[in-house]
Amino acid sequence: MADVSAIGKRLKAKFPNAVTKVKTFRGELTISIDKDYIGRVAKFLCDDKESAFDYLSDLCGVDKSRLDSSDTFEVVYHLYSMKQNHRVRLKVEIPASNPNIDTVTDVWKTADWHEREAYDMFGIIFEGHPNLQRILTPDGFEGYPLRKDFPLKGRQPNSLREVYRKGEK
Amino acid sequence: MTAAATQQIMTINMGPQHPSTHGVLRLILELDGETVVKVTPHIGFLHRGVEKLAEYKTYHQFITLTDRLDYLAPMSNNLGYVLAVEKLLDIEVPKRSQYIRIIMCELTRISSHLLWLATHALDIGAMTVFFYCFRERETLNDIFEMAAGARMNLSYVRIGGVARDLPDGFVGKVREFVNDFPARIRDYETLLTKNKIWLMRTKDVGVISAEDAINYGLSGPSIRGSGVKWDVRKSEPYSSYDEMDFIVPIGQNGDVYDRYIVRMEEMRQSNEIVRQAMDTLPKGDYIADIPDVALPQKENLKKSMEALIHHFKIVTEGICPPAGEVYSCVEAPKGELGFYIVSDGTKNPYRIKIRPPSFVNLESLQKMVEGHLLADVVAVIGSLDIVLGEIDR
Repeated sequence: MADVSAIGKRLKAKFPNAVTKVKTFRGELTISIDKDYIGRVAKFLCDDKESAFDYLSDLCGVDKSRLDSSDTFEVVYHLYSMKQNHRVRLKVEIPASNPNIDTVTDVWKTADWHEREAYDMFGIIFEGHPNLQRILTPDGFEGYPLRKDFPLKGRQPNSLREVYRKGEK
Repeated sequence: MTAAATQQIMTINMGPQHPSTHGVLRLILELDGETVVKVTPHIGFLHRGVEKLAEYKTYHQFITLTDRLDYLAPMSNNLGYVLAVEKLLDIEVPKRSQYIRIIMCELTRISSHLLWLATHALDIGAMTVFFYCFRERETLNDIFEMAAGARMNLSYVRIGGVARDLPDGFVGKVREFVNDFPARIRDYETLLTKNKIWLMRTKDVGVISAEDAINYGLSGPSIRGSGVKWDVRKSEPYSSYDEMDFIVPIGQNGDVYDRYIVRMEEMRQSNEIVRQAMDTLPKGDYIADIPDVALPQKENLKKSMEALIHHFKIVTEGICPPAGEVYSCVEAPKGELGFYIVSDGTKNPYRIKIRPPSFVNLESLQKMVEGHLLADVVAVIGSLDIVLGEIDR
């Protein structure tokens, strides 16, 4: 695994206002990015020769409301570089009341389904996404299941058992 | 009828109950004659909310749920998850358990690839291979049963090691399999590799270039078929894979045939890895002796009061890793399987995101089948080796 600590500095030099926090935990570099910059940062990290993050491993949402009671969502990007063999994690905080963020599908095509999943599970709107539709939940499903205020057993009005019981009467 | 009467687009539905979609995958195909214009996969029929469930389970309980992601390779899922937890806890596991994990994971890879070969060949019309592959899978299932007590959902890996030591007779049985298996692969290859029908159905079908493969996030044998030499076992070695001597096979054209060749060679390599791991299997503990987080050895429960107490506490209360977040990935048979765990310091994970290889691999289906024939869709799906259990989670 290559040394990744330089990436945070490079990014800071390029976009001084974009980087809000750089943290290393268990050898993994996490860079927090301001919401407005994610498109440009993604493009830069992908094209830049030294970073060369040509591979988007994963993209997901996190509901932080129970973690620090801040009422924010986080979009987390896990990037990998085939050429340099290193990884970095990008995090973008967005308000839960207005969960909007720019898409990165124009940088990594693989982001398409990942963003649809994050939309399906958290209701995060990815602006500029070519086809932002639900992906895992069935047609007509309401609510966003991975939000912390969504109950484990779901919000469907009746369980099947109740439906059957009503039929008996 | 529209103005363009010469080009009539017909929309047909394939799946979710279609044998060649390998589970409950539904495809909306738009066809011009027999040529595919557009394909829209519909997934989610097997969605069980595993990631939501994880937030209500303890770290040990979730191991059993990982079996049910890619149910053809339960060991790889177990390992991927447990490695992430171990990274979060920052603990070392004993050498012996690392080697046992390698043996089991590589046998799982062979088992998974055998099922892929069986069904892939069956989809394209070669029936004999199916029976041969299932014969070998039966032996592997017996081996898994010896070690883990189950044939399918093994749940054999534990945080800090594995559930129990390898039983008597295990090594002999595996050796027997490992010695026989190269000849078996030769049998399969005589049926397929130079078979004219097989070549016509797979050569230059479902081509994806190396650049596109990276951009679409392909991983595992699917990306290596396009000539990208990337294997997590080599690039970011885990569980002592750096001590194993093996090569990473790659293809050149990125078509269905190349992905087939890559997987066949991978089975040989896995077989050799198992042989090496058996030859150099270290002695020692099969689970780490860290009373706070790792379950005590089963034999000690009858002898030691402390072991019993620790076991009771871990099972009833669970473990509390430090707050933080980690991402850890392994080379599962289908590709890069990643687990992203956010911990808030309590006994339940705050958030677990699974990065399933099949989910991402399936995404590039559209790119691969555009302009090909309807029958090629079946070949391409087979060559991607998808499992809906981990796509839908």
